[in-house]
Amino acid sequence: MARPMQVARYWRHFSEKYRLIGGKCENGHVHFPKRPVCPVCGSKNIEEVQLSGKGKVISWTIVRNPPSGFEYYKPYPLALVELEEGPIVLAQLTDVEPDEIDFGMEVEVVTRKLREFEEDGIILYGYKFRPPVE
Amino acid sequence: MRKAVIIGAGMTPVGEHWKLGLRDLAVEALFNAMEDAGVDKVDSLYVGNMLSGSFVEQENLGALIADWAGLGNIPAVKVEAACASGGAAVQEGVKAVLSGLEDVVAVVGVEKMTDGWPSDATRYLAYAADAEWELFHGASFVALNALVMRYYMKTYGYTEEDLALFSVNAHANGAKNPYAMFKRPIKVDTVLNSPYVADPIKLFDASPVCDGAASVIITTPEKARELGVPKERWVEIAGMGRAIDTINLANREDLLTLRAARIAAEKAYKMAGVGPEDIDFFEIHDAFTIMAALSLEAIGVAKKGEGAKLAKEGQIAIDAGYPIQTMGGLKARGHPVGATGLYQTVEAVLQLRGEAPSQVPDAEVGLTQNIGGTGSNITVNIFRRV
Repeated sequence: MARPMQVARYWRHFSEKYRLIGGKCENGHVHFPKRPVCPVCGSKNIEEVQLSGKGKVISWTIVRNPPSGFEYYKPYPLALVELEEGPIVLAQLTDVEPDEIDFGMEVEVVTRKLREFEEDGIILYGYKFRPPVE
Repeated sequence: MRKAVIIGAGMTPVGEHWKLGLRDLAVEALFNAMEDAGVDKVDSLYVGNMLSGSFVEQENLGALIADWAGLGNIPAVKVEAACASGGAAVQEGVKAVLSGLEDVVAVVGVEKMTDGWPSDATRYLAYAADAEWELFHGASFVALNALVMRYYMKTYGYTEEDLALFSVNAHANGAKNPYAMFKRPIKVDTVLNSPYVADPIKLFDASPVCDGAASVIITTPEKARELGVPKERWVEIAGMGRAIDTINLANREDLLTLRAARIAAEKAYKMAGVGPEDIDFFEIHDAFTIMAALSLEAIGVAKKGEGAKLAKEGQIAIDAGYPIQTMGGLKARGHPVGATGLYQTVEAVLQLRGEAPSQVPDAEVGLTQNIGGTGSNITVNIFRRV
């Protein structure tokens, strides 16, 4: 695999991947990630919106044969999380046993390491979701 | 308006072709199709392929394959629409013929997937997903389909056993196809006892990583007559449709509707002047059993939520109301991704000529449906006996 020296490729998504910034159109439709055109009404008048990071699991899987680069973490849970603002986000779940995951389980966003490249390579961070910590 | 007919079809067996490279497979299938049509030259070449750059570091397949096949200085390009590349390439070939720009067109679909490591294959296949928002989080293609399958089972009350019936049917038919990768019938327990790849998808819910190539020759009825191809060997491409949906599964308005398939099917039905009730057999894209269920719903054969019910009721077998995967489908025949749409097309041709190993009696109209991505890029083609 080609060596991932393109730091900019990852750096340009910091606001979405570290802070969960999405988009909200003039008619109030919220989406994630932020897009140039509202997927609901077609408006191009979109502003950034900070998402709460609280949501519910609507479906999940356990990845046992991961794409290369993720072998170290296997098996890992991957879920579709519906945020309280509406958008659905795909992310790994963390700090949870596979047996505990269920439909409608409440989760909150956390920042975690997602992947690292060999030796002098870069380390990728981003959002994962976990059961809420009181 | 001009019409387009297929006058030749050819393929290689699907499998792990360790002794053959991408170009060998493509040229073998192409020559088989040209020989079948009785032509020794074509006006242009369209190559359906998804991942040649990743798997074997080769792009520019138009030049590579036309050159290697000795087709001369014709126009030749690769068509890519993820796993629907083959179905899309057929449509580009048909468009060239219908436009009047080209009279005799060759289309070949090829994929060489077994030259690399399996985990790399898993990574490359995920390139059809959204790289920044799906693969970035470690999503494999199986995992994305697993999210849909679990949600489908929960929403409509199906079990893993219910969906396994699609695999059982595919293997029963594939067992008779000499070109299939897997030629053994299986039982529901075979599926249920196979290991999870991404729960609830098990190994036997999923199509295999493999190599293969298939090809067709397309022309007009007038030219077919001029070339001396007997009419009973013509198969008309009567309808075509293609549409996209959100590339990122999480952005889908409804996780359980293959909207792109529905739109593509509506277009194809309209162009062909037929409805789902007129179709004698269906080659749908069962890369995973869940996709077979959703596809039946999207193309209008089953109501929403009832795709898996058709399998439970035994309606998908060769001798039942809605025969699907008559040559084994992606599950048993195999799924060399960019070639699959061409295998489906060749299978439709064999059925309509009455030459299929698992023949649907008196088949007159057939439908192929080819899915790219997690339902994000879908092609539907309808074929009719002339």
